[in-house]
Amino acid sequence: MSDRSVAVAARRGPLHAVSLPKGETFAVTRAPDAARFVLRGDPAGVAAFGPAAPGMLRASESGSRAALRLGPDEILLLAPGEDAEAIRGELAAKLPAGAHSLVDVSHRQIGLVVEGRSAALCLAAGCPLDLRPAAFPIGMATRTIFLKAEIVLWRQADDRFHVEVWRSFAPYLVGHLSDAHAGSSDP
Amino acid sequence: MSEHFRLSGATGRAVRFVFDGVTYQGREGDTLASALLANGVHLIGRSYKYHRPRGMLTAGAEEPNALVAVERGRGRMTPNLRATQIELYDGLVATSQNRWPSLAFDVGVINDVAGKFYSAGFYYKTFMGPKFAGTALWTRVFEPIVRYAAGLGARPTDPDPDRYAQFYAHCDVLVCGAGPAGLAAALAAARSGKDVILCDEQSEPGGSLLHETTATIDGRPARVWAEEGLAELKAAANVRVMARTQAFGWYAQNFVALSERVADHLAELPRGARERLWQVRAKRVVIATGAIERPIVFPGNDRPGVMLAEAGRIYLNRFGVKVGSRVVVVTAHDSAYRVALDLAAAGVTVAAIADVRSMPLRARMQEAEAAGIRVISSATVTGTKGRRRVSGVGIAQVGGDVVGGTDWIACDCLLMSGGWTPSVHLYSQSRGKVVWHEDRQMFLPGASVQDERSAGACRGSFTLEAALSEGDRAGAEAAGIETARPSFAITGEAGTEGGVLGRLPRRPGAKGKAFVDFQNDVKADDIELAVQEGMRSIEHVKRYTTTGMATDQGKTSNLNALAIAAGKLGRSIPQVGLTTFRQPYTPVTFGAFAGANRGDLFDPVRQTPIHSWAEENGAAFEDVGLWKRAWYFPKPGEDMHRAVLRECRQTRATAGIFDASTLGKIEVVGPDAAVFMEKLYTNPWAKLEPGRCRYGLMLNEAGFVMDDGVIARMADDRFHVTTTTGGAPRVLHHMEDYLQTEFPDLRVWLTSTTEQWAVIAVQGPKAREIVAPLVAGFDISKEAMPHMSIREGTVCGVPARVMRVSFTGELGFEINVPADHGRAVWEAVWAEGRKVDAVAYGTEAMHVMRAEKGYIIVGQETDGTVTPADLGLNWAVGKAKKDFVGKRSLVRPDMIVDGRKQLVGLLTEDPAIVLEEGAQITATAAPAAGTRALGHVTSSYASPALGRSIALAMVAGGRDRSGERLYVPMPGGAIAVTIVDPVFVDPKGERLDV
Repeated sequence: MSDRSVAVAARRGPLHAVSLPKGETFAVTRAPDAARFVLRGDPAGVAAFGPAAPGMLRASESGSRAALRLGPDEILLLAPGEDAEAIRGELAAKLPAGAHSLVDVSHRQIGLVVEGRSAALCLAAGCPLDLRPAAFPIGMATRTIFLKAEIVLWRQADDRFHVEVWRSFAPYLVGHLSDAHAGSSDP
Repeated sequence: MSEHFRLSGATGRAVRFVFDGVTYQGREGDTLASALLANGVHLIGRSYKYHRPRGMLTAGAEEPNALVAVERGRGRMTPNLRATQIELYDGLVATSQNRWPSLAFDVGVINDVAGKFYSAGFYYKTFMGPKFAGTALWTRVFEPIVRYAAGLGARPTDPDPDRYAQFYAHCDVLVCGAGPAGLAAALAAARSGKDVILCDEQSEPGGSLLHETTATIDGRPARVWAEEGLAELKAAANVRVMARTQAFGWYAQNFVALSERVADHLAELPRGARERLWQVRAKRVVIATGAIERPIVFPGNDRPGVMLAEAGRIYLNRFGVKVGSRVVVVTAHDSAYRVALDLAAAGVTVAAIADVRSMPLRARMQEAEAAGIRVISSATVTGTKGRRRVSGVGIAQVGGDVVGGTDWIACDCLLMSGGWTPSVHLYSQSRGKVVWHEDRQMFLPGASVQDERSAGACRGSFTLEAALSEGDRAGAEAAGIETARPSFAITGEAGTEGGVLGRLPRRPGAKGKAFVDFQNDVKADDIELAVQEGMRSIEHVKRYTTTGMATDQGKTSNLNALAIAAGKLGRSIPQVGLTTFRQPYTPVTFGAFAGANRGDLFDPVRQTPIHSWAEENGAAFEDVGLWKRAWYFPKPGEDMHRAVLRECRQTRATAGIFDASTLGKIEVVGPDAAVFMEKLYTNPWAKLEPGRCRYGLMLNEAGFVMDDGVIARMADDRFHVTTTTGGAPRVLHHMEDYLQTEFPDLRVWLTSTTEQWAVIAVQGPKAREIVAPLVAGFDISKEAMPHMSIREGTVCGVPARVMRVSFTGELGFEINVPADHGRAVWEAVWAEGRKVDAVAYGTEAMHVMRAEKGYIIVGQETDGTVTPADLGLNWAVGKAKKDFVGKRSLVRPDMIVDGRKQLVGLLTEDPAIVLEEGAQITATAAPAAGTRALGHVTSSYASPALGRSIALAMVAGGRDRSGERLYVPMPGGAIAVTIVDPVFVDPKGERLDV
């Protein structure tokens, strides 16, 4: 064990050298760093985190915290700007023993905000889901695919989506979104 | 160059273009075909087999002849484009194909004279080969000829620099085709407020209405009606009108693929996409794809200047181009009369209308006579004259079975109409079965298999009124509303009756090539010959003659071919059958299918958080699945061998640092976590204490090793499982599969954490010295943290899980930190490492060092047929466990039989020889052919620790052969090897225990 003080290691995300598409009708930006957990088990456990238990394939929010119901017993917890260790401690105290699995995935994936008039179109370059508002309304969230990458897609507004993607797939996703944007504009 | 055949008063802006090196003038809005015709150019290509001169046959997508290459600079050459679809732009450069040295003088035309040589089934007959010549005739004579002759355009050789986009799209109603039926359908559907996509392959929607100058719809000229309808659609927020967009393929559940040509019509190169592929999932589809006019089969029907009748009208009314100055019309259908009338009105001499019917409709005859046009009924064509352009046509009259004398009529254009074939391609692709209507002599859509409906000419409804009202009804139905209008008021429509199939009557023994399939050069005689030689089904006739097998898939030829085969067989058309309509309807570029999925975007290129450091420090990388992994770190002047040697030596001398982030990681959590682990792995887990690690072995149901890895128990209800890099997704799926199907009662959940953690392995006698200054919150001393243990605390101030494990046989730690911190922690470790001359090592050194220790790699030592016992890993199988996946299979007779291949070490007699991985192992140096090998080499390296080569191998009964001499036969002679224990370095494991 060391008694010397060591500088806390800095963070570097998977897109540090990747330029993100930014235009009038379409922009991709990094969502702030967040504490993230996969909560498995009884969805009622979400209450310990803050937001109400969301319905299937829906997001519920409380303050800046969000819970995305990706499956019958699977919820993705997002807490932008918060410390994962603190939340882990907080939830461990509140969740009933033995009824849940709580796993820190803060660094497993990153959040991207995909927005603009062409947001749904550019996402449709790789996502085969029907993204028309009637089929994919605001507040809907699901795990799906974007070409060869798995993503979590959450519609926050007509023209704004929050996308979660595993870190090593992020450059691929952003590359394809940029390409889709270039290919979507009329000559 | 002036446009001699352009109607006066042409308004489009003049543009210049080049065809075969000659500069011409055309107009904006022209196709290459219409612009060439405006300049009197009909000769545009040479045919496939006979190199006969050919011209434009049609004015649309069905064109079989007029294939050209368009060149737009490096990498932008597209062959086999239909001139009838190429939109003209200023500076367009197109060249003809399949000719040498020039279009006008082509050496290949010898094939036309030596036509007998190229009869139906030519290819198959040459495969058989005349017996006396053996195969020499094929390889030396026929194959070179076939290869030279095959194919039309040249293949582009440079990479395609253009961008191709792909999008999924969803709509309630997709309307394919924007002619009268499609427009009416889209207008009706649009009123429902539902999402509608209307696509059409032409540059402007409208279909036949674009060249309809006589008819009126609801009191307005047809074209005006179309323009107004289109304006309404374009203004509607729920409608997307897509021009230049071909619905080319229909797949399962109304999944329709559209190819949009975005930029090929523009003079400037595209900034965005050249083409877009749309994969549309439509709730309902309206097929309004119209009909294709049929050529008539008579001798010389392929000369430049011989065209389909309606094409003559399209060129005249839509493009202001006269297809000739003196025209003869040969027809079996009323619609060609309107063509003749329009041409005559434009000042073209119509020398005659030869109607093959004995009694053309009275009204048609009167219209023609009123325009001063002679009508010959009961007509047949005995031949045509002219070499590079038709100059005359021989017309004879038929009385009963007798063909009368030929009357030669001079002309520079011959227009023909055998009637109309409904375009049932999309319906057929939707798995619908077309139905033959004997009375109408056509195939029409039958019952719907998917949620689609056909409207208009594609279901045999040829009148404007029928097309519009069917379209209106189909559109309303598809949108789920009542139709708004009962009928459309039509005036001035052309006739819609008539038609002929097969070849026209001829005198007995009459000669001359009468073409059926223009693109593949298949003649009526070829089809009859195929029948004569025993072909019965159209599927056989098609393959024997290649009719319908060209890039146009026989759009203009299939029905004539079928009728000729049926006639020769004396059977009905349905008895002879119909070939399948396949996607794509028209050729689609490779670019459209590839989209952006090429180069770096073909597959995800997965990089670890430490990748950038490796890159900056000169690492060579290797692909492991989708991952890029640092392979070795060469110093200046080092090759791979020297770099790996140094990395291994230094690691064992002081320490080495290795990026192990790609290892698969799964967090298994829940009160039943240990129970679940007991079932999925061979090892016992119940008694493993939190804070300790164990090597885990995973079998499949058959009892064979499928994965392995070190597994740490974090808490009573939490395991940190590691898997092989390549096995991570497979293991998670395997676990999840068993959890959901076999053990759903267990309260345990699985979460992939592969990417949550950056993993830095520090290995070597100085490993503890390197790690110690960086950790806080736990003690990593020998006593406090034994081999195969895990501790949680911080490293460089961030939360970490540190395992004491080894894959090199040296003292080792694996530091897991949250991935974003990976690079900074690596740099801190590296800085500490430099103090003891540690190296960074890559996957190659990792492989070498683990082989020196006899550690297996799943997928290298194992091949899916290897048991734990084969690997000497029975110690990892919990004997007392009641069950685990694969347990029962382990006691099957074959799994415990003597003589199974077992893991052993090999030492070559000559220490300098490094065996080839995969090489076979035999008992003797020169075994007789057919002798079974005893085993094979699985891993082989030059070992820095031993200063000689080593190898691992799977050898039958290997553990009992210790010290035995075997052989590895190679092309240069057998290599003698001795069987040894697979652990070459530190068999007692003393180096781990420091």
